[in-house]
This record gives sequence, structure tokens and C-alpha cells, in this order.
Amino acid sequence: MPKVTFIHNDGIDDVVDASPGTTLMQTAMLGDVVGIVAECGGSMMCATCHVYVHEDWMEKVGERGEMEEEMLESTSEPSRPTSRLSCQITVSEELDGLIVETPRTQL
Amino acid sequence: MNTPRIVIAGAGTAGHHLAAALRESGFDGAVSLIGDEPHLPYHRPPLSKDYLAGTAHPDSLSLRAPAFYTEHKVATHLGIPVRQIDRTTHRVVLADDRPLAYDHLVLALGASPRPFDIPGRDLGGVVELRTRADAESLREHLREGCRVVVVGGGFIGLEVAAAARKRGADATVLEAMPTLMSRALSATAAAHLAELHTAQGVRVICSTAVSALEGSAGRVHAVTTSNGQRLAADVVVLGIGVVPNVAPAAAAGLDVANGVVVDEYLTTSDPRISAVGDCANFPVPCGDRIRLESIQNAVDQARYVARRINGHTGTYSAVPYFWSDQFGMKLQIVGHAARSDRTVIRGTDTKFSIFRFHGNELAAVESINDPVTHLTVRKILGAGGTLTPDQADETVDLRALARNLAG
Repeated sequence: MPKVTFIHNDGIDDVVDASPGTTLMQTAMLGDVVGIVAECGGSMMCATCHVYVHEDWMEKVGERGEMEEEMLESTSEPSRPTSRLSCQITVSEELDGLIVETPRTQL
Repeated sequence: MNTPRIVIAGAGTAGHHLAAALRESGFDGAVSLIGDEPHLPYHRPPLSKDYLAGTAHPDSLSLRAPAFYTEHKVATHLGIPVRQIDRTTHRVVLADDRPLAYDHLVLALGASPRPFDIPGRDLGGVVELRTRADAESLREHLREGCRVVVVGGGFIGLEVAAAARKRGADATVLEAMPTLMSRALSATAAAHLAELHTAQGVRVICSTAVSALEGSAGRVHAVTTSNGQRLAADVVVLGIGVVPNVAPAAAAGLDVANGVVVDEYLTTSDPRISAVGDCANFPVPCGDRIRLESIQNAVDQARYVARRINGHTGTYSAVPYFWSDQFGMKLQIVGHAARSDRTVIRGTDTKFSIFRFHGNELAAVESINDPVTHLTVRKILGAGGTLTPDQADETVDLRALARNLAG
């Protein structure tokens, strides 16, 4: 089962098991990770599941979608080149070891 | 009362978020969550969308893993409805006679499909959609070539029609009013939805009510309409709205009128009892009362009551918003407009927002495939700002306005 690390700005990391086929957002919810709000439940309507993907993982995680690109202009914390909406990343075995950082705020 | 006992009646979105917000804030009193369905709290929106269409991962309905409730000491009582609220002894009695004592009780009772008294209502294949079990049973029916008639052209009805088409079924929507969603949407947005559905092969029939459901051998096979049409049907989905669940509140003598009546602190006529979400009828500025059936309302009211239990003394206020998803089109609404007398539209044919005004006062903004405008308007309204019809014009940079307000 792929493991994903969520780095929080308080210095405490969450390492959670992800079930392949679910999204990174769902992985965070099921793993009781704080710092991901996901108000809309994964419909790409709210921009509250924002994460910064660790640079080493950018290529494997893949490109942003067109709508996601726009949504990232409306996140609570400023978006960076490594910003993604975690509901748009599907976890696979390929992403075992993935590291993402949660922003300070989502709302 | 250092560690008050909180009992939450209702394990839907509002009930879950109340329990979660109490624990996130460090609240250490006892928290009990009572639900009449056998499941832990789950996401309801996908039930009429990708869960129904069969494209959602089975885990995607879970709000949290089961361990969340045990780790955060939320005692769950699932599959057992509330039988009675005893306000003199401050106890809730469950259907299995178990009493649960409370210092504060929060009613998050939700809503149920509006009863529809029509000949043939009890035939097999005539279904409603509210719960996970409803969605799973409806999904079994939605197969290639199956003829689905949806009664009611509201959000649920249209989402079901879209899911049915996705599964290769034949879909007809019957709406009694002259246009789809005339009470919830502007004429422009309603017309856009009707066009979208028609283009995707949904038969949309307005100004037409159902007069009877016909069947043979106990199963529905046709719908007859008010103007004498007869539509063949293998499945009939009743999507004519919901009514708030108020029975235990009414029986306990709480004020009830289109929901459980609460004040600006979301407290019922009994100060030890609050109500949140679909079942709560609450006051809004300008003297009106409303009851909203939305995720935003359930989550915001639940979080507010959690703060209030922790000592926050302000009144409840929130910017209402709502979303729907049909054939890949995103519709988002911010604000609340039963009607409007002036609209300003910005955007293109396929990606636009409709700003609805009462005179010069902004009532609601409907966004079609335009989440950025939706989120920007939410930020403006959330910061206490508003927009004039002139500011809604294409040439005005709304994001700059939002940034200035956020200061």
C-alpha cells in the first residue's frame, strides 16, 4: 500500500497509507490528516484541499488540469508552482513515498 | 459544568461536523452521535452524481475512517432512531429504549423526501433518493436501455437524469412548473440547464404534472400525466423535494414551523436544545426566516454551534452557497434569491456567471463552469462587501476588489 507523507507547518508530519485508486484528498480524510478541509468532497468546487507537492515528486504526480489551474488562483494561501488540489491527484503504487506539504490555511 | 455531555441527534453532514469541530477545538466532554441509518456519516452529494453513475470509488463516500470516531471518543449509536426527547429529565430515548442524558442536545435531524400521494405510489420500481441505500438500489435499475422517468425538475431530479444517461438509460424529466427550477434559479441558468439536458438526450417536459403511476404484477410500467400523455417507464424516481424531519422535536413541544424554529444563536425554544442543518428554520438579517438544504449550511451551522458550546457569544451568520454537477457542467450559487429584477451576465457562452439583483442590491450569483468567479464573490460577501450592478460588469476586476476588502 503506498504511503504518503503530509508535512505540516507545525513541524509534525502525518504518514498515512493510501489505497490505490482513491484521491490524495480522500487519503487525507480517511487518514485523519488535519489541514485539508475538502469542503465540496472532491467535486473541484472549493479549492480547500490545496497542497504543495514536494519538488522531487512533481513529475510523477503529473500536470494540473485546466479548471484546476484556475481554481488554484483562488486558494486561501498563495499558490506556488508546486501547488495542486489534492482531490485531483489519484494515488497509485507509483506514488509510494509521495511527500506533500499542507498550507497554513484552506479557508 | 466543566465537561458537559453533548448529544447530537442525527449522523448526517451536520452531525458529523459538529462532533468533529468539538474535538478539533479540544472539547473534552462526552459526545454522542445518534443516526437512524446503519452507516457512519457519509458524503450525501455523490449519491445523485458519480456514486449513482457508478464512477465513484467505493471509499469516496466516507467522511472519515471508522477509527476517527473511536480515536476522538465520539460514541456512535447507528441504525437506531430517536424515539423521544424528554426535556424534563434532559434525556433522549432511543428506539431500543436506551436513554442518553444530555447537558446540551443538538438536533441535526435532516430531511426526508416529500410524501407524494398518487395512485400507484407503492408499485415496485417507484423510488426516492435520499440515502446511500436508496442510491445503491436505484443504481441497480439504471441500465442500458432502461426507461427512467424522473418526477420533479429540481437539482436531485436533474442529477439523477444525468447519471441515468451516463449509464446508458433513457431519461425523461417531468416538471409541473413552466421552467426547471423556477424557485431556485434565474431564467437564464434554468434555460441553460434545460438546453444541456436536451442536448444530452434527456427529454425535458415542463408544465406537466403526474396524475397516476400504472403497473402490472406489482411493478410500474407507465406514468400518466396531467395532459393525458402516457410515458412508458421501468423506473420512476420521485424528486419533488424534501420536508424537514421534525417529529421528535414537535412531540417534545419545541416550536416547529417549516423545520425546528431556532433563534440567531441556533437555539430552539428550549435553551438546552439547538438545531442545525436541513431541519433548522433560522432567522436572517432583514427579518426573514429561511431553512436551507445544503452542505454549506450543515457545515457552517455545525461549526458555529461547536464554537458556541465552547463559549463563543456571537450570533450565527454565513454566506450561503450551493453547487450541482450535471454532465460535467459545474453550477455554483452564492447568496439566496427567490427572485430578482435585474441580472448582469459576464463570461462566455459556456463559462459564465449571472449576477442577480433586487434593485441595486446583490441577491445571488450563479456560476456555470466558472468556479473562480464563484469563489471570488464568496470572498467579497464573506468580508462584508457587496457588488453593485456596475461592479458586476465584465470590465471590473473582481479579484482586485476581493483583495482590497480582505485588506
